[in-house]
Amino acid sequence: MLEISNLACSRGDHLLFSDLNFSLSVGELLQVQGANGSGKTSLLRTLCGFMTPVAGEIRWCGQNIRELGDAFYAEMIYLGHLNAIKDELNALENLRISAGLAGCKVDDKQVIMALRRMGLRGRETLPVKVLSQGQRRRVALARLLLSNASLWVLDEPLTALDAGAVELMQELIGEHLVNNGMVIYTTHQSLEVVGVATRWFALS
Amino acid sequence: MTRLSLVSVLSLVIRRDLVLAMRRRADVLTTLIFFVIVVSLFPLGVGPETDMLRKMAPGVVWVAALLASMLSLGRMFSADYLDGTLEQMMLVPQSLSVLVLAKILAHWMVSGLPLVIMAPVLGLQFDMPVQALWVLIVALLLGTPILSMIGAVGAALTLGLRGGGALVSLLVLPLCIPVLIFGAGAVEAVVSGTSVGSHLSLLGALLVMALVFTPWMTALALRISVE
Repeated sequence: MLEISNLACSRGDHLLFSDLNFSLSVGELLQVQGANGSGKTSLLRTLCGFMTPVAGEIRWCGQNIRELGDAFYAEMIYLGHLNAIKDELNALENLRISAGLAGCKVDDKQVIMALRRMGLRGRETLPVKVLSQGQRRRVALARLLLSNASLWVLDEPLTALDAGAVELMQELIGEHLVNNGMVIYTTHQSLEVVGVATRWFALS
Repeated sequence: MTRLSLVSVLSLVIRRDLVLAMRRRADVLTTLIFFVIVVSLFPLGVGPETDMLRKMAPGVVWVAALLASMLSLGRMFSADYLDGTLEQMMLVPQSLSVLVLAKILAHWMVSGLPLVIMAPVLGLQFDMPVQALWVLIVALLLGTPILSMIGAVGAALTLGLRGGGALVSLLVLPLCIPVLIFGAGAVEAVVSGTSVGSHLSLLGALLVMALVFTPWMTALALRISVE
C-alpha cells in the first residue's frame, strides 16, 4: 500500500538520509529507529507531505501522494510531537472538531466512549489546560479511536504516557492492525504488540 | 470516508474560532478598545474646532481601524501553529485555502465587525452628519474584510519568526493604502456632495479580488512556514 523508493531528505543543507526504500502493507507495523537527529521526524513529516523530499517518491496504492492529495489524506492520520489540542476547549469539543475536520461523522456518545477507553472518565468536559501532560496526550491519542483512517503515522506516541497507557496503546495498535490497518511509528520506549512481528529499520 | 462539503468545513472552522475567541475575550476587547482610544485621542489633541474635526474624521477613523486590525494579526495563525493544529489542518482532506478562508472570516467577525459597529458612535464625536455615518459603515463593511485578508498573507509569511508582530505591520500596512484611500474617500465624497458610488465600487472590486487571491496565497505561505 505505502511504498517509499529512493527517498532522500534534507534539513537546510544537511542531508539526513538518502536512498531509503521500504514498503508497508495491510496489517503491518513498522518502527523507525535512529538516534536523536537522525531524521525520524523528518521522515514522518515527509510522509505527511509537510516536507518535500530532495529525491525519491512516496506512493500510496501505486500513486504518488503529491498527485493523490486529498484522497491520501482521507486515509491517513498523523500524530506528531504536538498534541494539536486547544487548551481553551474541553476534551469533548477538541475531539468533536478534529473528527469533524477529518470527515468522520461522530456523535457525542462515541467521543465519550473513546475518552473513557483512554482512561479519561470524568474529564470529558474539563478544559484541557487543567489536565496533566499525560492526560493531554491521551486526549490526542483518542483521535485515533474516532478516525477510520487506515494508515497511522505516529511520532513518539508514548511520550508522557504511564505504563497503563502504554499497554492500552499496544492494544489499540493491535486492534487497528487486525482491522486491516497499517502503523508506522517512532519511539524510544519499547512497544510490543501481541501476535504481530514489528518490522523496523534504522536511520543513521 | 465521507468527504466534507465546503460549507460544513467553513462553518466548523468558523464556529471553532469563534468559541476560542469567546474564551479569550481579552484579546477581542484589546482591539476594540485600542480603536476607541486612538480615535478619541484626536479631538483631545487637535482641539475642539468642529470644522477641522469634521474634515479629518473619515481619515482618522480609517487609520485607527487600519492600526487596530494590525494588532490582532499576529494571533491569527500563531496559536494554531504552536499547538500543532495547523499541521492537522493541512492533513484535512479538503483544500487548505478553504480552511484559511474560514479562519479569515472568523478573524474578521471577531476583530473587524466590532470596529464597524463602533465606528458610527465614534463618528458622532467628530460631529459627522448622519449621511456620512451611513457611508462610513458601508465602506468599513467592505474594507475591513480586505484588511483581514491582506493581513492573513502577512501573518502567514511571518509565522514563527521572532518579532513577527512588528514585521507583519510593516509588510501589510503599505498594501492596505488603497483600502484607506477609497474608504476615507467615500466618506469625504458624501460630505462634499460628490458621488460615493465610484469609491464604494472600487472597494467592492478590491474585496472580490482579495477574496479570490488571498486565501490561496495564505495557504501557500502557511505550507512554507510549516515545512
